[in-house]
Amino acid sequence: MSTLQPKHQRLVLGGLAAVLLIVAALVAAWALRSEASYFYLPGQMLSDPPEPGRNVRLGGMVREGSLDTEADGVTVTFLVDDGADATGQAVPVRYAGILPDLFVEGSGVVADGRLAADGTFVAETLLAKHDENYVPRELEEMTAAQARAVVADTETAPAQSANVP
Amino acid sequence: MIAELGLAALWLAAALSLLQLVSGALSVRTSGEAADEITGGALALIARPAAIMQGALAAFSFAMLLWLFVRTDLSVALVAANSHSAKPFIFKLAGTWGNHEGSMLLWVTVMALSGALIAGLERRLPERTMQAVLAAQGFVALGFYAFLLFSSNPFARLAVAVPEGLGLNPLLQDIGLAFHPPTLYIGYVGLSVAFSFAVGALLTRQVTPDFARAMRPWVLGAWIFLTAGIVAGSYWAYYELGWGGWWFWDPVENASLMPWLAATALLHSVSVLAQRDALRAWTMMLAVIAFSMSMVGTFLVRSGVLTSVHAFAVDPERGSFILALLAIYIGGALAVFAVRAGAINEGQRFNAVSREGALVFNNLMLTALLGIVLFGTLYPLLTEAFGVRVSVGPPYFNPVSAIFALPMVAIMAVGPLLRWRRDRLERSSKPLVLVGVIAIAALVTALALGAGMLSALGIGLAAGLAIGSFAPLAGRNILRVKLATWGMMVAHFGIAVALFGMASDSAFALERLASLRNGETTTVGPWSVRLDGVEPVAGPNWTAMEGRMAARYKAGEPVIAAPQARTFFAPVQETTESALITRWNGQLYAVLGRQTEPGVWQVRVWWKPFVTMIFLGGILVALGGLLALIGRLGVEARQRYIRRRIADRRADEEALA
Repeated sequence: MSTLQPKHQRLVLGGLAAVLLIVAALVAAWALRSEASYFYLPGQMLSDPPEPGRNVRLGGMVREGSLDTEADGVTVTFLVDDGADATGQAVPVRYAGILPDLFVEGSGVVADGRLAADGTFVAETLLAKHDENYVPRELEEMTAAQARAVVADTETAPAQSANVP
Repeated sequence: MIAELGLAALWLAAALSLLQLVSGALSVRTSGEAADEITGGALALIARPAAIMQGALAAFSFAMLLWLFVRTDLSVALVAANSHSAKPFIFKLAGTWGNHEGSMLLWVTVMALSGALIAGLERRLPERTMQAVLAAQGFVALGFYAFLLFSSNPFARLAVAVPEGLGLNPLLQDIGLAFHPPTLYIGYVGLSVAFSFAVGALLTRQVTPDFARAMRPWVLGAWIFLTAGIVAGSYWAYYELGWGGWWFWDPVENASLMPWLAATALLHSVSVLAQRDALRAWTMMLAVIAFSMSMVGTFLVRSGVLTSVHAFAVDPERGSFILALLAIYIGGALAVFAVRAGAINEGQRFNAVSREGALVFNNLMLTALLGIVLFGTLYPLLTEAFGVRVSVGPPYFNPVSAIFALPMVAIMAVGPLLRWRRDRLERSSKPLVLVGVIAIAALVTALALGAGMLSALGIGLAAGLAIGSFAPLAGRNILRVKLATWGMMVAHFGIAVALFGMASDSAFALERLASLRNGETTTVGPWSVRLDGVEPVAGPNWTAMEGRMAARYKAGEPVIAAPQARTFFAPVQETTESALITRWNGQLYAVLGRQTEPGVWQVRVWWKPFVTMIFLGGILVALGGLLALIGRLGVEARQRYIRRRIADRRADEEALA
């Protein structure tokens, strides 16, 4: 660049910056397509399951009476349904870890994890009720009745490595 | 009465910011295009005192709010909603800014005080530029006053005082978080000063090295506070949330990271402008972007479009207000930039292989990183507009940011060795080879120890940079190296230390989850942890179950770790208090879970080798900035002193003659 006039040097630099930003945008777009975890409601996950192993999120209500602790004392299993009726379809979830402070049956939950080949959702992170100022936006898409139930008693804060500082 | 006084002071301050805007703008306009002197007469005399008064009034208003919180005046809506008489004193104080209205008042106060500081102290700028800067500063402040007074009044009274307040979110009742927001805000607002400087200089076409030298301390100061705030926030997330992680790519974290990336780029380009008179337009652009990013951050956090622990208010009206401010300021600044960028003549030329070249590379990489983070943060909003819900998290951010961050670190190790303007790589080949050899050795060692490729690359580059940061010392008299240079070296070394901590934590951290009875032991890495019991304990406004764990490193003496599961009573909420045992080579991190059956408790322990390096590195980075700031201000003070001495002597000689 030593022989360039200042004006040309500025053009070259501007061009470089533009090219780099385009590259960054392309990389970002490509990565988002493959890595963004998509949000599923229980019904969606049952009717149109994501491919096993892909990182997705499942959001719904923890079914009353379904919470079970396994023999090792740290693995829990429970069912997540859409909260409409307590007998319908539900996604079984398995989670090994310390449950979020306010995780209770009958309240809303957002689970971050992967669908196993046997149809169980293996959660790496649970987001559960936290305080009244913090509502999981993902749950806003549920039907009106569900939303009422969710707003009534579910708000969120991640249980472990989730999206909160 | 106190609330009314505070509100009155706020209105007066708002009126003064309007006065500052009008007088500053008129005195710039009425003077001739080329003139440095102001011809606006009395008007020009108003802007400086107005800015100083405005600072005093805003500070007074904030002091009134502090006082209301300290007294827990429950007739004030904000206090009733965010405080409680049984709260420890320090969190009553911190509660002042632990909410939307209070934090916005803090923002405005810091902004007004820094405006007062410029008006009172800044003597390097040409007077016309100074007036334009004050006008811009008044304009920005005015918008925030309007936001406070029309949609977020912190002094609103309740019709009937309540008997007790609702309390502060227990997650925020932590000493780390009590001082984290003011630190970050000083950083954000410092960038507003850089923004006003840029707008002022563009308006008067005075983008010169002298101007860059005047702007640099402000950028440096803002950057130091941003760095410290980010490190404090990260450490808070690490120990308070109990998940063992230190960065989650949460929108609120990103909101502070984005201005930091822009400010870091600005800091480097403003140095190029100050030293070498190059990158004029680019520097002005970055100043606009940096403040835009702190506005975008404010918008994301305060509007409730994205949820997070800190997103207090879900209020569309406030969201649109901030969005409108964002549009006016950024749009306005970009318009000024578009009109005036052509009029800033090009600066000096330089070779690709030179200090400038390395700094341009650094700037490009930082800008790309900024784009990556911004894109990832806004992407969920974007797709939501099309009805698709996605979550973007670490699987996106970690590898994609590494693509741009790692090459930048590599150039960081080399850049400071290069000369300004033009250089040949052969000249500094010896240190370069040394840096390369050390980096490769560390990379290979990390791989051999079982680190993943990305972590191993991080460790290799960290080792190279650690050596490279101090390479500029080679062959120089250490005592004669300038303080600002030491600052740069310490800051770069801090990046190496932090990067090493991050890579080590992601490569070598071990985790164990167990369900223990009293007396049972679990192991994680070189540690064995025995549960000796769980006892109830009580604090000022909480009760807790506290675990007693005897932790042993290899066969060493046991150290007691006491993690708690706390229950606050106002508001009712549980929090996790992790226990940390710090050794020189890392931290043991223990969390107490719930009781699964009588006498059996869930326990989660991590062994995190060198995790403390992340925060130590961050502190070093901020410290480096501080050294540079002290060095620069010291040099300037000395130069001013010498100039005055020369003038005095000349006057004496003339008097004698």
